[in-house]
Amino acid sequence: MKVLVPVKRVIDYNVKARVKPDQSGVDLANVKMSMNPFDEISVEEAVRLKEKGVASEIVAVSVGPTQAQETLRTALAMGADRAILVDAGAQDLEPLAVAKVLKAVVAEENPEVVLIGKQSIDGDNNAVGQMLAALLDWPQATFASQIELAGGKAKVTREVDGGLQTLEADLPAVVSVDLRLNEPRYASLPNIMKAKKKPLDVKPLESLGADVAPRLKVLKVAEPPKRAGGVKVESAADLVMKLKNEAGVL
Amino acid sequence: MAVLVIADHDNASLKDSTHKTVSAAQAIGGDVDVLVAGQNAKAAAEAASKIAGVRKVLLAESAELGQGLAEAFEGLVVPLAASYDAVLTPATAQGKNLSPRIAAKLDVAQISDIIEVVDANTFVRPIYAGNALETVQSGEAKKVITVRPTAFKAAPEGGSASVESVAAPAAPAKIRFVDQQLVKSARPELAGAKIVVSGGRALGSAEEFQRVIEPLADKLGAAVGASRAAVDAGYAPNDYQVGQTGKVVAPELYVAVGISGAIQHLAGMKDSKVIVAINKDPDAPIFQVADYGLVADYKNAVPELMTALG
Repeated sequence: MKVLVPVKRVIDYNVKARVKPDQSGVDLANVKMSMNPFDEISVEEAVRLKEKGVASEIVAVSVGPTQAQETLRTALAMGADRAILVDAGAQDLEPLAVAKVLKAVVAEENPEVVLIGKQSIDGDNNAVGQMLAALLDWPQATFASQIELAGGKAKVTREVDGGLQTLEADLPAVVSVDLRLNEPRYASLPNIMKAKKKPLDVKPLESLGADVAPRLKVLKVAEPPKRAGGVKVESAADLVMKLKNEAGVL
Repeated sequence: MAVLVIADHDNASLKDSTHKTVSAAQAIGGDVDVLVAGQNAKAAAEAASKIAGVRKVLLAESAELGQGLAEAFEGLVVPLAASYDAVLTPATAQGKNLSPRIAAKLDVAQISDIIEVVDANTFVRPIYAGNALETVQSGEAKKVITVRPTAFKAAPEGGSASVESVAAPAAPAKIRFVDQQLVKSARPELAGAKIVVSGGRALGSAEEFQRVIEPLADKLGAAVGASRAAVDAGYAPNDYQVGQTGKVVAPELYVAVGISGAIQHLAGMKDSKVIVAINKDPDAPIFQVADYGLVADYKNAVPELMTALG
């Protein structure tokens, strides 16, 4: 079974994003970039499926800038077999555009399952997986905390508003992964070295023929209002008194 | 101009996030209709008809809608969307599951998790875990939007809209519901609670989480939340998670116990009116957003707090 795993290069999750003074966007110059944490989880899951003999080939794909090759190398070092960069240059594509590009990649690769992070921690849209499933007319199982693939079906336990839900989807399907699915491994040094020799195809964005025209115009990116500084209280009794008399919330 | 709001409900009753999404719809302008899709959901539809300013309520019922299958919602909402300029859904787990599927089928962008309606085409939404606020303008004739409920006031009661039944879509062919395990709790719902008590990694075990956090929550009439670290470690169930990728809450009072305050956690609670942090590490980042910080070990501080509350 072939598994396609989309990965995105984003600001490292430990770094606090800073807005540019001219409000044109978030300043990413000289900022540490990493693989989107949810995508690490989907790569890990694909590798575990391969280790169990369920997956036969893992193809990692990124739609992004030239530097996303580093992110793909990380996926290869974790255990992906080969990688595809759809080079979008400096364009920041909207989720619908990314989904359309991925649809074109799916048409070329014919995977039986797409394992995708539920959300990227920059745009916070939580949309590409669902959009890809819609464009392909495939079933979707979002926010997975457990995945079983067998007999042409995916049995997926999902994190929903009130707890957990289990669905069974016919393959091919799109599964978006949530935090509790697994704990991603660190790539070992030998595997990082091996990853350098694994195939990584670079395709120009235009070669896929997807409609990537932006639908939204970003007017500005501003800092959120800051909370006024608080005070330290001396004791639990002091705290309760202040909550009653000063804050009026008790 | 007409706006369709997809209701958040449990068939028997309507969630407060629906009232808040109706407010966002009213800020966009035009007639506002509410779609209640579920199974045996008449009571929820009746509740929606009582929201002030709602023109009509559409009620669609089938097993698959009741199970929340995104494919069923696609079959229902995509044809309905022909009569509307915008489709709004609360940005709950369910809203996030179904709305992008509908947007892609309509070939429009989704404007995700809006916190402000500037005008009918312009919206503000948090990005980068809420560390930046993006103002976006849409030129599209039809808009698909998810709404962060905590950013809008609930539309009041006082309406008397008619409830109209609409045909349920065909059952999705390629996906089926197997089962669900929902957490039952007598406490208020986390997303809409006036007070939230959350526990973090410092609690150290599920037993300790229950021993310390739950009685404090019950004393305050609060909902219980947790940091990602506490949920990952199995101290609390997944639907307790407050943060960038969990639930976003904005209660009157948020009490963080043993939570260090990672960026991702702050993203889910920093719009709370009053924040209290109890942590033994005086340098914990949670203190930077806390209105009242108590530097103390929770093991002593929480029992003292229980006593002081009387």
